[in-house]
Amino acid sequence: MQVIRDGHLVADHWQHLDDDSPAGAGPCTVSCRRWLAERGALADHGSAIGIRLTGDDDIAAIAADLAGFALVVIEFPAMADGRGFSLARLLRDRYGYRGELRARGLFIRDQVFFLSRVGVNAFECGVGSDPEELLAALGEFSVKYQASADEAQPIYRKHSRSA
Amino acid sequence: MYQYDQFDQTLVEERVAQFRDQTRRFLAGALTEDQFRPLRLMNGLYIQRHAPMLRVAIPYGLLASRQLRKLAEIATRYDRGYGHFTTRQNIQYNWPTLESVPDILAELASVQMHAIQTSGNCIRNVTSDHLAGVTPDELEDPRPYCEIIRQWSTLHPEFAFLPRKFKIAVSGAARDRAATQVHDIGLQLVRNDNGEIGFEVLVGGGLGRTPMIGQTVRPFLEKRHLLSYLEAILRVYNLHGRRDNKYKARVKILLKETGAEEFTRQVEAEWAHIRDGMELDSAEIERVSRQFAPPAYEAAAAAPATSDDPAFAAWYRRNTAAHKVAGYRVVFVSLKPSGIAPGDMTAAQMEAVADLADRYSFGEIRVTHTQNLVLADVRESDLAALWQALASLGLATPNIGTATDMICCPGLDFCSLANASSIPIALEIQQRLEDFDYLFDLGDIRINLSGCMNGCGHHTVGHIGILGVDKKGEEWYQLTLGGSSANDASLGERLGPALAKDQVAGAVEQILSTYVRLREAGESFLDTVRRTGIEPFQETVYASH
Repeated sequence: MQVIRDGHLVADHWQHLDDDSPAGAGPCTVSCRRWLAERGALADHGSAIGIRLTGDDDIAAIAADLAGFALVVIEFPAMADGRGFSLARLLRDRYGYRGELRARGLFIRDQVFFLSRVGVNAFECGVGSDPEELLAALGEFSVKYQASADEAQPIYRKHSRSA
Repeated sequence: MYQYDQFDQTLVEERVAQFRDQTRRFLAGALTEDQFRPLRLMNGLYIQRHAPMLRVAIPYGLLASRQLRKLAEIATRYDRGYGHFTTRQNIQYNWPTLESVPDILAELASVQMHAIQTSGNCIRNVTSDHLAGVTPDELEDPRPYCEIIRQWSTLHPEFAFLPRKFKIAVSGAARDRAATQVHDIGLQLVRNDNGEIGFEVLVGGGLGRTPMIGQTVRPFLEKRHLLSYLEAILRVYNLHGRRDNKYKARVKILLKETGAEEFTRQVEAEWAHIRDGMELDSAEIERVSRQFAPPAYEAAAAAPATSDDPAFAAWYRRNTAAHKVAGYRVVFVSLKPSGIAPGDMTAAQMEAVADLADRYSFGEIRVTHTQNLVLADVRESDLAALWQALASLGLATPNIGTATDMICCPGLDFCSLANASSIPIALEIQQRLEDFDYLFDLGDIRINLSGCMNGCGHHTVGHIGILGVDKKGEEWYQLTLGGSSANDASLGERLGPALAKDQVAGAVEQILSTYVRLREAGESFLDTVRRTGIEPFQETVYASH
């Protein structure tokens, strides 16, 4: 499978395990629920481990574990479920997560710019989505009024503005 | 008024390009209807009963004459020669084609306008007092803060997919003309005990099917914390607002279900994390404020030009208001003449008013949330000439604030959400109240009509509220009395069983005559209803039905 990571289309070898599948060799992600239940065993499974979060998960419960994750996935169960945008901000700005933060699920091209601004740096291209389109959408706007995970300062501190 | 710099201009142009591409992909089948819907809504585009409806943002209701001319041109070229001003100080076009919308947005961008976030589950166009900057009862001009909020909320990456729409209103005057208590966030400029000016922050007001008055979550917020506090409220709402039921998804429901105290605690806890990192610089407040500097008023003009015409006197009394500068008045342009849908204006009228604004009011026009226009800076000596010009355009009906100055949504005639028509009811009420002496005697009365419980016509906060409901395929109307969106905000009380369509205007007449019978000397309609309760009105209306 291919993902967009830091603005480039690259091959990807992560496996997203459902809650019943045993963790095999190779990097894999598990749901937040499974992580909380099996975190001791999973941390020792020998390969890189990642976690998948949804808007229902409490980030505070895994905050202490974040540094150990090589990947955090934010799941978008529906395009309109905007909780993932706040999750991303919190992961980056509140909890200091610096690893790969990936969007997965039913987000669409037109949300990619917003996602990149809240700290998502990787995108799993869903069925039917054109990776080139997603890449193009990253640069749809050159003006960013607000500070966010990608810009520490609002626009007026970065540029001299008129009047 | 605020002038775009290169950054503002680039952003709206990039937005046009983005929407042009989205429309192209939708028409080519690359975007599904479900995917395109939230995208078009965030550009103000609805698919309505007859055609798409495009809602254009008029930030805090302020327009330059060249912008109003552009709105006229769009009405002529892309619509049917008119536009409809809304209760959120915006304008709607009812008849554009989907294919033409990218071109319309490009036209708007050419005069520093857009349709960004005029619909959809995002932070909507911020609204304000239509007398901002000119009213004598003002503590501070709210418009610089509105513009700062406009920029902060525009394409805010975290809050573009909220549980539901989110509306912010800002007022800086003693009299609340911006209905701040019925917005998701209401900001009222206040002075604290130390003499500093800041904001009282209300959350959780709103109309619709569960109307509520906002609650104060912070009595005083320093200006430098404005954006961090808004961000904290929005984050708590985005994470915890209900997404399982769109009728329970507004922040007012979250506030109610969480409890105001606990909600406030969550907001304050979130705010504590971010407040120091996102202070608003005073230099930025000053930069934006400079763009709202008062125009070059002349020293008080000589004797004000008057007219012996009693019609002028009536117009002066009802359609002009005090100005903070001696020698000037605020002039209301009534969009409520008899026989016209409230808030509608033709392209020719728009062009003419733009010319009048250039001639008499420093080239600026405001839109009120009661669906009229305002020329805010008119020399008293010009009033008679302006009155004549407006009268010849059909825009000088002396009914501002009276029973025929109704707020009315488009209703079943245009809107796909509506259960019942609202415009025909408004027209019938207007027709029955054509006697101006009676109208003036009735005094200040707010009648608000909505064609469904979404409440775009603010019926719950009308002194008389009229709500259209569907009963087995027939249009019926629920009346309420005693609502208000002013400082003494309250929700109207239901008068009784819904009335058939042909009984509504008659019932309104009966309510008004009951008021005349019951009122004490100098007592307004609202005060009378509050003193007597609704019983005497129920007796009159339902005795005959």
